[in-house]
Amino acid sequence: METQVLIIGGGITGTGLARDLALRGVVCTLVEQGDINAGASGANHGLLHSGARYVANDPSAARECRREGELLKKLGAHCVEDTGGLFVAVQGDDEGYVADFPSLCSRCDIPVKELDPGEARRLEPALSEKLIAAFLVEDATIDPFRLSLENIWQAQEMGATLLRNTQAIRFQRVGRRLDSVLLLNKKTGEEQWIRAEQVVNASGAWSREVAALAEVPLEMVYSKGTLLVTFDRITRRVVNRLRRPGNADILVPGGSVSLLGTTSIRIPSLDQVFPTVEEVDLIVDEESAMLPVVASSRYVRAYAGVRPLIGSTDKEDTRSVSRNFALLDHEKDGLDNFVTITGGKFTTYRLMAEKAGDLVCRKLGISVPCLTRSQPLPSSHACHWTETGIAPQDWIRKRDGHDLILCECELVPQSAVNEVIDSIRKRRDQPDLEAIGLRSRVGKGPCQGTYCSVKVAAHLVDRSEIPSDQSRILMKDFLCRRWRGQHPILWGRQMDQAELMESLHCGVFCQELYVNPGS
Amino acid sequence: MPAVERHWLECELAVIGAGMAGMAASLFACNRGISVAQLGATGGIAFSSGFLDLLGVHPVEESKRLSDPWAGLSAVQGDMPLHPLGRVPIGDIRAALAEYLRFLESVGLPYLSLLESNAEVLTLLGTVKPTYAAPLTMWSGVRAWKEKRPCLFLDFQGLQEFNANLVSANLKAEWPATRSERLTFPGSGSADRLYTRHLAREMELSDTQEKLARLIRSHVRQDECVGMPAVLGMRESPRVLARMQEMIQAPLFEIPTLPACVPGLRLKESFEAYLPSRGVKAFWQRQVRAVRRVEGGPFVLNLGGGGEVEEIRAEAVLLATGRFFGKGLVADRGRIRETLFGLEVRQPENRSHWHHRDLWDPRGHPVNRAGLETDESFRPLGVSGQAAYPDLYASGSILAHQDWMRMKCGSGLAIVTSYAAVKAIHGRRGGHCP
Repeated sequence: METQVLIIGGGITGTGLARDLALRGVVCTLVEQGDINAGASGANHGLLHSGARYVANDPSAARECRREGELLKKLGAHCVEDTGGLFVAVQGDDEGYVADFPSLCSRCDIPVKELDPGEARRLEPALSEKLIAAFLVEDATIDPFRLSLENIWQAQEMGATLLRNTQAIRFQRVGRRLDSVLLLNKKTGEEQWIRAEQVVNASGAWSREVAALAEVPLEMVYSKGTLLVTFDRITRRVVNRLRRPGNADILVPGGSVSLLGTTSIRIPSLDQVFPTVEEVDLIVDEESAMLPVVASSRYVRAYAGVRPLIGSTDKEDTRSVSRNFALLDHEKDGLDNFVTITGGKFTTYRLMAEKAGDLVCRKLGISVPCLTRSQPLPSSHACHWTETGIAPQDWIRKRDGHDLILCECELVPQSAVNEVIDSIRKRRDQPDLEAIGLRSRVGKGPCQGTYCSVKVAAHLVDRSEIPSDQSRILMKDFLCRRWRGQHPILWGRQMDQAELMESLHCGVFCQELYVNPGS
Repeated sequence: MPAVERHWLECELAVIGAGMAGMAASLFACNRGISVAQLGATGGIAFSSGFLDLLGVHPVEESKRLSDPWAGLSAVQGDMPLHPLGRVPIGDIRAALAEYLRFLESVGLPYLSLLESNAEVLTLLGTVKPTYAAPLTMWSGVRAWKEKRPCLFLDFQGLQEFNANLVSANLKAEWPATRSERLTFPGSGSADRLYTRHLAREMELSDTQEKLARLIRSHVRQDECVGMPAVLGMRESPRVLARMQEMIQAPLFEIPTLPACVPGLRLKESFEAYLPSRGVKAFWQRQVRAVRRVEGGPFVLNLGGGGEVEEIRAEAVLLATGRFFGKGLVADRGRIRETLFGLEVRQPENRSHWHHRDLWDPRGHPVNRAGLETDESFRPLGVSGQAAYPDLYASGSILAHQDWMRMKCGSGLAIVTSYAAVKAIHGRRGGHCP
């Protein structure tokens, strides 16, 4: 295989870069060891920052967020819900910070409007009675999966290649260049070499591992962040705690649910990226100060991601575009065609892709300018099933009795699942339960896959999409993946759900007695 | 204004809970002439697959399937002395099962068992499960699997609770002579969403039976037996099966569908018809609002308004309220509580220890072994380690030290512990075993 640019990592940075390069006419191949947004890009709030969160600590990041947020609202409106946001302080919070907040915002050109606490509580009745200050800001929410899927979808339409479940495992070095990269298909075990003119490491928390393949040392600190998903949507707007950024100070609506978080815990290795009971309790306790109802809310799952924080020792050679993200040209490490782009905010992904694209194009001798600042992100039908409510609306409109519902919690019909399957097939890729779950609402409801794992697996068998002996194995893996996010939030009603799931899948089906090959 | 009259009912035993354990307890109690009132929602029993497990796996850590449940029970008595099934003499376990199976036979829902060994039954995932007894309507599947005879699995267009392709696909490796076909259920359109309980009622009509049998017959080729979703009638499933087999001229068997499934509903309906006919005062859709105990007097169960009887006064209470799904236990962020009496719940130290991170951890999740600890008579223990009340008993899945889902002992646990508790109640009342 050959490609102009090999991108390693299928998060928002990698998919954004693939689109950026495709729009400049550069052919690239993106390899991802799991699936799209498998790392931090799929494990965040989905918050499109107004920038107000960073006005005190990091004004340049704040300005960057504001500019990029405005662009995304304009160019990627289909991925954004323009909810607006609130910053609120409660009794006991630092009143000095509250007093400084409006001027800090205006210093960064971030629009902000003060509300009296009563008015804020009329807008958001879930807010605490102990509110002492409230400000309206231009926060919005974004669907991280849809955004990454749309980016890679357009890139693919323009000739890019995506290889999912594919890990870069070895680099072949010739002089000052990486000549080729050995790729391992993690599903089939097949290996193949790919030659690339340029290699971009966009693997987020895995950047150190990937750089190490080229014997490039990268100092990184892993910071785990955990978030919770509620059963109901608690507020219309984003709600931020008005204080210096800390633990569990944001609540973000996401379709029909709300997302609470995050924690920030240093972890020594990437084996420990899972939410814990302690983190869940910390988030619930902390956020109930702003929104008392979260103490008694029902939660359907938790999830964790890792913020890749670069701890660079060699400031001179680090082309730090801003304190917010790092673009590393490994020329200084003796490799002329290897670049790492990491860190940053979801909100600023486009800018990161632009800067990385500029560097890569310069190295390729291509002078086409970046187009993502002006070209709208197209909306493709195949990518829109991640949004809550889309599948049932579509189903009701069509009124087709043949179109059975496969996921009862989220009302996802066969037709929607078929379209997702077809979109995967169109890229000559293999659909499975997890790939379908990532590209739709399947498995996201309160039953967390108890019923829909069976129904979707049966549907895949009906369509001969999977080898006949694979369906049970896929179900078992799918439930196991959902479980990682469930076990720390199992109390109240969700405990009943978990018991139902286990009584069916263990009690009746005896799934635990069947060992999946390779596990 | 008329005088406010207090509506109450007296009985010897109040059974709280109407799942597998509660129903079995009422059955055993009324068989012994004990006057019984039973409360609680009956929905849960419909989630049963219809299989009657005694003990299918032990030790759980080794995922060891048991072909001989009796040898397994002896092992449990040694390895897990606190396991509820480990505390009941084997003779009583046999007697409990025999009485329960006799009841099922008598109400037209006969079960078959190999008696001394577990049978292997088929599930809708195409997995195989060890169980002690299964409805007659499923039994040909046990033989078909054992002999790997050429078998046709059928399902119906529009019925999502069962998929023959899935069954066949997952059995194929070990049972190559299987295949699958999708039929249109007689009288239904291709765009109809079908429901198992409607199909079961339909199957009681001879016209539907004939049409379906003819349809099946036209699809049978080299196949020596036919498996299909469990919809062969609600009340008279053995008769429906016999007629169908006669017309198809091949052994036919049911496989339980996704819950709530018909074999579970048949159990529910059988109990609902039988127990009141034997004098059990049933308050099935009503919940106990509050319980109090007059010193030296009966338990007083308050049912709240909304019915003729607002209060039940019972000399003894059997708690068969189940676990979380049954609402016998409730978990908040910190602790697991028993909902009605506030009884002590044996449980892991804190929530971090409730579950393992791997869903399929071979040890099973510790929270599943949480529950009520009891004395030898199945009376829940109080703080002191003595029975919390002299006349309060508990049975079924609410009991501690068992993981029925992994050990495949759910029905056995419900039936056997209810039997043992009723036997103790009967004994205290001066009764003798029938």
